[in-house]
Amino acid sequence: MIASNKDLTELKSSEPERLIVADLVKRGLKIAPIWILLAGLIWGFDGAASAAYGLALVLANFVMAAAFLTWAGRISPAVLMAAALGGFIFRLIILTIAVVAVRNLSMFLPVPLGITIIVSHLGLLTWETRYVSLSLAHPGLVPDASKRMKGQEKK
Amino acid sequence: MIDLLAAADVIADKPDQVLVGLKAVGAGLGYGLAAIGPGVGIGLVVGNAITAMARQPESAGMVRTTMFLGIAFTEALALIGFVVFILLNFA
Repeated sequence: MIASNKDLTELKSSEPERLIVADLVKRGLKIAPIWILLAGLIWGFDGAASAAYGLALVLANFVMAAAFLTWAGRISPAVLMAAALGGFIFRLIILTIAVVAVRNLSMFLPVPLGITIIVSHLGLLTWETRYVSLSLAHPGLVPDASKRMKGQEKK
Repeated sequence: MIDLLAAADVIADKPDQVLVGLKAVGAGLGYGLAAIGPGVGIGLVVGNAITAMARQPESAGMVRTTMFLGIAFTEALALIGFVVFILLNFA
């Protein structure tokens, strides 16, 4: 079944951040075992633990960003602006605290943590952007649009 | 002048401590400077997205989708500064 453009517009206008972040987390969890295994092979157990922590930080960062924007989007555009900028600073503070808090642990390795943060953040975004750009350009080609539509009809 | 001489004496006596201090200052400055660009970028992205939503409310969903991705991509620059901060301070 190919969903109509009207249905897709309604679907997209209802808090798209939540859909995007759900996709990002799903994909992050899919690549996590491979990435952690790779880090473990290169840096050992400590490297695997640091990579897992870095991936968890990136996914938590995405979830927090989506939660802030979804909440603010329901209120007003002015609050959306404030939430985007305030949320950016807030999330940087949380990330800094999260890393400084574990710096004295024996399994903390800065290099795998740093590489994981940058690579997973950019990689997941690029992956998601390919999917989103396809669905924006050709709305009928959203891979699981029919499933989502069926789910909404049941509700 | 005397202060400068005293500082030079301290540097000569304890070069390791001075290096640690300079690293911390550099990491802090780098992180702070790296956050300025994304801050400006996010402001531009969200500001233009709000303008677009005001002009075409029916496309708000698509605008918010691209806005979210734009914010996340812009934020990657700040994350690079953050990683440099981690490497300078803890590596």
